[in-house]
Amino acid sequence: MIKNFFNHSYAKIREINKKYETPSIEMSKWVKFSLLLLRLYLFTLIGLMLYKFISLLK
Amino acid sequence: MNIFARLYYRYRRMSKAMRLFLLTAGPGIIVMVADNDAGGITTYTATGAKYGMHLLWFLILLGPVAYYVQEMTVRLGAVTKRGHAEAIFSAFGRVWGWFSLLDLVMTDWLTMITEFIGMTAALSIFHIPPVITVVICWIIMGAMISTGRYWTWEKIALLFCGINLIYIPAAFMVHPSVKDIAFNSTVPHFPPGGFTNELFFLLMANIGTTIAPWMLFFQQSSVVDKGLHEKDIKFGKIDTAIGAVLTVVVAMVLIIVCGILLNGVPVDDAAVAARQIMPQSSIIGTLIAIGLFDAGLLGAICISLASSWAFGEVFGWAHSLNDNVREAPWFYAYYIFDLLLAGTVVLIPGAPLVLITLFVQVIATTLLPAALVFLILLLNDKKTMGEYVNTRWQNIINISIVAMVIALSTMYGLSTLFPGMFN
Repeated sequence: MIKNFFNHSYAKIREINKKYETPSIEMSKWVKFSLLLLRLYLFTLIGLMLYKFISLLK
Repeated sequence: MNIFARLYYRYRRMSKAMRLFLLTAGPGIIVMVADNDAGGITTYTATGAKYGMHLLWFLILLGPVAYYVQEMTVRLGAVTKRGHAEAIFSAFGRVWGWFSLLDLVMTDWLTMITEFIGMTAALSIFHIPPVITVVICWIIMGAMISTGRYWTWEKIALLFCGINLIYIPAAFMVHPSVKDIAFNSTVPHFPPGGFTNELFFLLMANIGTTIAPWMLFFQQSSVVDKGLHEKDIKFGKIDTAIGAVLTVVVAMVLIIVCGILLNGVPVDDAAVAARQIMPQSSIIGTLIAIGLFDAGLLGAICISLASSWAFGEVFGWAHSLNDNVREAPWFYAYYIFDLLLAGTVVLIPGAPLVLITLFVQVIATTLLPAALVFLILLLNDKKTMGEYVNTRWQNIINISIVAMVIALSTMYGLSTLFPGMFN
């Protein structure tokens, strides 16, 4: 039963990934720039969180 | 046409508009009042106790901020007929979609725990053990969705919104000076002591409680589930504006009450504030405790639904409150699972509840900017939004608000992560 559940979930996730493979929004310069800034922001934030986590472990 | 005929015509037109408004109202009021959740109530009590009424003007400014952000979700939901999670997947692809969904689920679950912490703390004032409180909440939340009708759920949620206004009589009971309220509400100024780190932290905390990621997902999905169309957008906007006014009124009332009764007393928990007020006025202390319970309950109801809707949209499950449990089993299973998990954590002896509360702020900081940027980009997509695309002025206002909210909420998240960062 558990195996079935995981198999079904895995298949569903693959289906979702396929369905939303290509972004539907028009990738204008403005959209690309915003998404790039967002990526940089999130990487910085995750870096700070990792730093905090590692400094707590020390 | 004589004057009586004209008056009658106007009356009929107003009456029809009012009926239409009452039919479409709900999502905006609910999301805005639920925004004053257990965490929000704690922030307002702490603000009032520390700075009295000096920050009332700031709270008033936050009303339009919340309105402009949430109003965009009304338009997006009514035009696309899609919830926020599905809209992000569709527009920005699977990577951003999964990031938003998983971050939302994590943030919502942690926030739900804080709601349960607030509710158990509130009822502990009346000597009700946490186990009983959690079970009562599960029963109420389960019963609300068991009817299989969005309308019934909405009416019960609006009733809880009405109970949230319980703080208003408390403000009259402390006999505040109208002159002080008028001055502090209309003249922007810093409290005595000037601009300090503590003030900065509280200002950021107030902004953090005004716009939360779950609110965007909740209102858009709610608009879709209610079946609002483009023609209903104007009523959706009024609904959101009324909600914004209510949320500001509740926040102001709490600040006034705590500013008068707890001025200068360090407060970091609304339940503690209610206990401290009890010796001065048992009625006001009781009102604050009841209001805190109601705020936590309303918050938990909306937050768990935001996650369930988001999962349902992406996984393609039936995900409407108009479906019964048999028609939408996964949607309701996730809702119940979320509630059970969050409630159980609060009952675990020695669970790191303070750490969880702090972690909510940090993790929400990673989702909020993404959700807001996606919102602005979606509202500028002419292909999707058609005539409801953001106008130039809407963009100027919304981008300014979003930039400010991102900057301040990031600073809030960072100052939670690194407490001495802005010293």
